[in-house]
Amino acid sequence: MPANLMFRLLLVSLLWLMPFGLINDHAHLSASTEVVEFSDPKLRDRYYQLVEELRCPKCQNQNLADSNAPISTDMKAQIQLMLENQHSNDQIKHYLVSRYSEFILYRPEVNENTWFLWFSPLFFIILGALVVWRYAFSGRSPEQSMTTLTPEQQKQLSKLLDQQDDKL
Amino acid sequence: MGRFALYVPLVLFAILTLFLLKGLDRDPSELPSALVGEAFPAFALPSLMDEQRLITENDLASQVTLVNVWATWCFACRIEHPMLNKLAANGVAIVGINYKDQNQPAHQWLEQRGNPYQFNIVDASGSLGFDLGVTGAPETYLVDARGIIRYRRVGVVDQRIWDEEFSALYQQLMSDVK
Amino acid sequence: MIAELGHFALIIGLCFALMQSLVPMIGSFKGYSSWMRLGYSLSLGQLFFVAISFVCLVCAFLMDDFSLKYVSQNSNTDLPAHYKVSAVWAAHEGSLLLWALILAGWTASVALFSRALPLVFSARILAVLGAISVGFGLFLLFTSNPFERLLPMTPLQGSDLNPLLQDIGLIIHPPMLYMGYVGFAVPFAFAIAALIGGQFDSAWARWSRPWINLAWVFLTLGITLGSWWAYYELGWGGWWFWDPVENASLMPWLVGTALMHSVAATEKRGVFRSWTLLLAIFAFSLSLLGTFLVRSGILTSVHAFAADPERGVFMLMFLAIVIGGSLMLFALRGPAMQKVAAYQGLSREAMLLINNVLLVSSMVMILIGTLYPLVADVLELGKISVGPPYFNFFFVPLSMGLVIAMGIAVFTRWKATASALLMSKIPLPLIIATASGIILPFVLRADSYVGYSVTAGLTLFLTAWLLATIGIDLKDKIGINLTRIAKLSRSYLGMQLAHSGIAICVLGVGLNAAYDEIRELRMAPGQSAMVADYQFDFVGVNRVSGPNFEAYRGQVNVLKNNAPVANLFPEKRQYNAGGQVMTEAALDPSLARDIYVSMGEPLADGAWALSLQVKPFIRCIWLGGVMIGLGGLLAATDRRYRRRKKPSPIMECNNG
Repeated sequence: MPANLMFRLLLVSLLWLMPFGLINDHAHLSASTEVVEFSDPKLRDRYYQLVEELRCPKCQNQNLADSNAPISTDMKAQIQLMLENQHSNDQIKHYLVSRYSEFILYRPEVNENTWFLWFSPLFFIILGALVVWRYAFSGRSPEQSMTTLTPEQQKQLSKLLDQQDDKL
Repeated sequence: MGRFALYVPLVLFAILTLFLLKGLDRDPSELPSALVGEAFPAFALPSLMDEQRLITENDLASQVTLVNVWATWCFACRIEHPMLNKLAANGVAIVGINYKDQNQPAHQWLEQRGNPYQFNIVDASGSLGFDLGVTGAPETYLVDARGIIRYRRVGVVDQRIWDEEFSALYQQLMSDVK
Repeated sequence: MIAELGHFALIIGLCFALMQSLVPMIGSFKGYSSWMRLGYSLSLGQLFFVAISFVCLVCAFLMDDFSLKYVSQNSNTDLPAHYKVSAVWAAHEGSLLLWALILAGWTASVALFSRALPLVFSARILAVLGAISVGFGLFLLFTSNPFERLLPMTPLQGSDLNPLLQDIGLIIHPPMLYMGYVGFAVPFAFAIAALIGGQFDSAWARWSRPWINLAWVFLTLGITLGSWWAYYELGWGGWWFWDPVENASLMPWLVGTALMHSVAATEKRGVFRSWTLLLAIFAFSLSLLGTFLVRSGILTSVHAFAADPERGVFMLMFLAIVIGGSLMLFALRGPAMQKVAAYQGLSREAMLLINNVLLVSSMVMILIGTLYPLVADVLELGKISVGPPYFNFFFVPLSMGLVIAMGIAVFTRWKATASALLMSKIPLPLIIATASGIILPFVLRADSYVGYSVTAGLTLFLTAWLLATIGIDLKDKIGINLTRIAKLSRSYLGMQLAHSGIAICVLGVGLNAAYDEIRELRMAPGQSAMVADYQFDFVGVNRVSGPNFEAYRGQVNVLKNNAPVANLFPEKRQYNAGGQVMTEAALDPSLARDIYVSMGEPLADGAWALSLQVKPFIRCIWLGGVMIGLGGLLAATDRRYRRRKKPSPIMECNNG
C-alpha cells in the first residue's frame, strides 16, 4: 500500500478514535465535584427536599431548585450552611420564614389561617362517602320497586342487564 | 332536601365570584415584608465613605429613617435616584445600603448623581440584605425612631408611590417623635 | 389591508353568532321551524367568517406586518416560518381568536351531525353555543383585538417570540388543549337545552355522549402534550408543577372524566340524571374559569398571559352570566335527586358513584389549593403559597383509591352484583398485585438502588392490580382465542385501553418518583461522573449559531459498562432579538429510562455546572396519557354513534 495512503488511513482512524481516546482510560479521569457539596449524603437528600419545598420570593411560581435568581442562590447557600451546622429542617425553615414570610413555604403551615385549606378536602371526601352510603348502601332493595314484573319478566330483565354489562 | 341541594352549586359559585372580584384588585406578586413591626436586624458593616468606620443598627435609632437598598448594577435605581435627592432636600433622613456592589463604582455613582444618604452601609455579601428579606434592588424600608421597621416597598419609589404609600405613615411617625 | 379584512370578518362572525344565539332559541319557543332550522346555516356562516379572520392574522404574521401590535410583540423577521404561524396563538389576543375559531368549528360540527336530533333540541343547543361565541367575540373586539394597529410609529422589527415557545410544543399543545376546553361547551349546551326543555331521559344522554368523549380525548392529549413539552423544554426535568395554569387544565379533565362515566350510567340505567347535568355544566364552567384565571393576572404563574384588570372584570362578568345563569337554571328546573335507590351497594352504579365522588373531590381539592392564596389575600390572612406538597398530599391517596375502585368495578354488574361473584374474582388480581409490589422493586432496580422502595412497591401493586383485573375480564370474555377481540365492541375495548393507560401512567409516575436520580455537578472538559449506572463524560463546549440565536453547545458522552449509550449535546442559548438566555436540555429517551443532561451556569476555568439526570420509566407517563386518549377515541367511534338512522330501543339492547 502506498505510504501516503497508509498515513492518511492511520490519521483518519486516529481521528475517529480520538473521542474514545480521551475517555478510555478511567484511571486518569478526575472526579467531578458537586456544585453544592455536602459532607454527608443524608444532608444532600435533605437539601434537595428543602430546596424543592421552598419558593423563590422573586420568581413567577418556581421553587428554589428550579430557579436561577440571585436571591435563590443566596437562599440555597444559606440552607447548605445551616444543614452543615446541624440545624434541623424546621429550624432552617423558621429562619427563612422570619425573613421572607410564609410566602416561601410551598407546604403551608397548619394554623388558624389555613385550617380551611387543610381540612376542607377531608370534609368533601367524607361528604362524598356519605352520599355514596346514602344512595348505594342504604339497604333498600331494588326489588321493592320492581314488584310489577312477573318472575318471567324479571328473568328477562336480568338477562338483558347481563348483556349490557359488556359495555360501559 | 332534594330541591334544596340543587341550589348549593349556585350559592358556592356566587361566593367564589365575590372572592374573584375582590381578587382582581390585588397584586399577587406584591410581598409585604416579614419584618414589619420587628426591630431592624443587628449588623456591623463598614461605611462606604469611611471604610474604617463600622456601622451598627444603633446608628439608625433616634430618628425616623428611610433605608434604601441600592446598587450600581441596578437599572431601576438610576430612575429612583432623583426622587431620593428630592426627599433628602426636603429633610427626610435617608440611609443607604449598597447591596452586593463594589466601592469604587458606588463612589462614582454618588459623585455623578448626588448623594442623598446620611451614610451608606456596604453590604458586599448581601448578608444584611438577607436578614432584611431583600430580594433585589431597589427596596426601601421606613424605620421609626425606635428602630422598628414600619413599612417596606419593593421597587422604585417615585412621587406617586411616596404620596400613596409612605407620606401619611412618615408624617405620623415624625409627629410621634415630637 | 389584510388586517382590516380580518377585523371586519370577525365583526361579521360576531353578527352571525348573535343571530344564532337568538333566532333558533326564539323559534324553539314559538314553534317556528324555519327559525329553528336557521341555526344550521348561521353556524356555518359564523365558522366561515371567523376562519377568514384567523387566516388573515396568520397572513399578517407570515408577511411580518409589524404595524399590528400583536405581531410586533410576538414575531421577528428571523423567526422560522412555522414558528411565525404558531406565534399566532402564543399570547393573549391571538389565542383568544383561536378559541373563537375552535368554538365556531365545534358549533358547526354539532350543526352538521345533529340532523337526527329533534329540531327543538338542536335549535336550543346551537343557540347556547352561539351565545357563548357572542361573549368571546365581544371580548375579542372590545378588549383584546389582535388586529390593533401601531400607527404611525410602525416598528421595523418585532420583539420576537419568547424562545421557550419556539418549539414544536407550541405548534400542537395549545390547539389540542383548546379543542378539549372548548369541546366541553357542546355537552354544556346539551345540558342547558335539556334543562330548558325539561327532558332528561336516556335519549339526551345518548346524544351527548360522543361529544363528551371527543372533547375529553382532546383535553387528555392536550394535557399529556403539555406535560411532555414542559419536561424537555424547561430544562430541569420536571413534568408537572401544580402551577395554577396546569391546574386550570386538570380540573375540567377530572370533571370531564366523571361526566363521561356518569352519562354512561344515565344512558344505560337512567340514574345520576342530576349529577350528569351538573357535571356537564361544571366541566365547561371550569374551562371558562381556567381561562379567567390564566388571563386576568389574578394568580402568579410561569404560564400566565400578560395581565390586564380591565379584561379580568369583563371575563368575570361573562363567567357570572354563563355559569351563574346555568346553575340558576339547574336549581330551578333540574330533576330532583332520586329518593328511591335503584341500585344496590355492590353494583356498577355504585362504583360509578364512587368514581364520581373521588374525581370531583380531587377537583374540589385542586380548586381550593389553587385559589386559597387569593382567598387568604382577600381576607387579609397574609400571603400564603400552596404548592406541590399540598396537592400531592391529597391527590396521591385519592388517585390510589380511584385505581383500586377501577379494578373492582370491572367485575361489577348493573343494578346489583352478587357478592359471591366479586369474592371469586378479586383474589387472583389481588395476589398478582401483592406479589408484584413485593418482588418487582428488587428486580427492576437490581443494580444501583439499595434496599426496598415503598413508593415503587405501592406503584407496582396498583399497576399490577389494574392490569390484572383488565386482563382477567378480557380473558373471561374471549377466552384464549385472541382473534375474538375483534368481536368486542369498540366502547368496551376503548374503556380497557384507557384504563390500561391509567395503569401505565401510574407506573411511570410512581417508579420515576422512586428511582429518579439527579446530580448537579461542577465539571471541567475531560472530567467524568457516575450517576445511577451511567458514566457521563464531559467532552467540552463549542460556540454555535442558530437562525436567531447564539449558543454554547456542550458535548456529554454517556456510557454504561464502558459501552457507549449516547452522545448528548445540551445548549445554553442566547436569542438575538431580546437577549434572553435559555437552557436547551439534551435527552436520550427510552421507555425504560430517560437520560437528561442540561447546562447550568459557566464556572471559572472553563468548567460548567451540569445537571445530569437518570429518570427511569418517565416515558410511561406520556405513553399512558396517549393510551388514555386513544382509548377514548376508540370508544367515541363505537358503531352505535356512527349509525345514520335512529335505532329502535329494542335493537339497541341486543347489539354488541
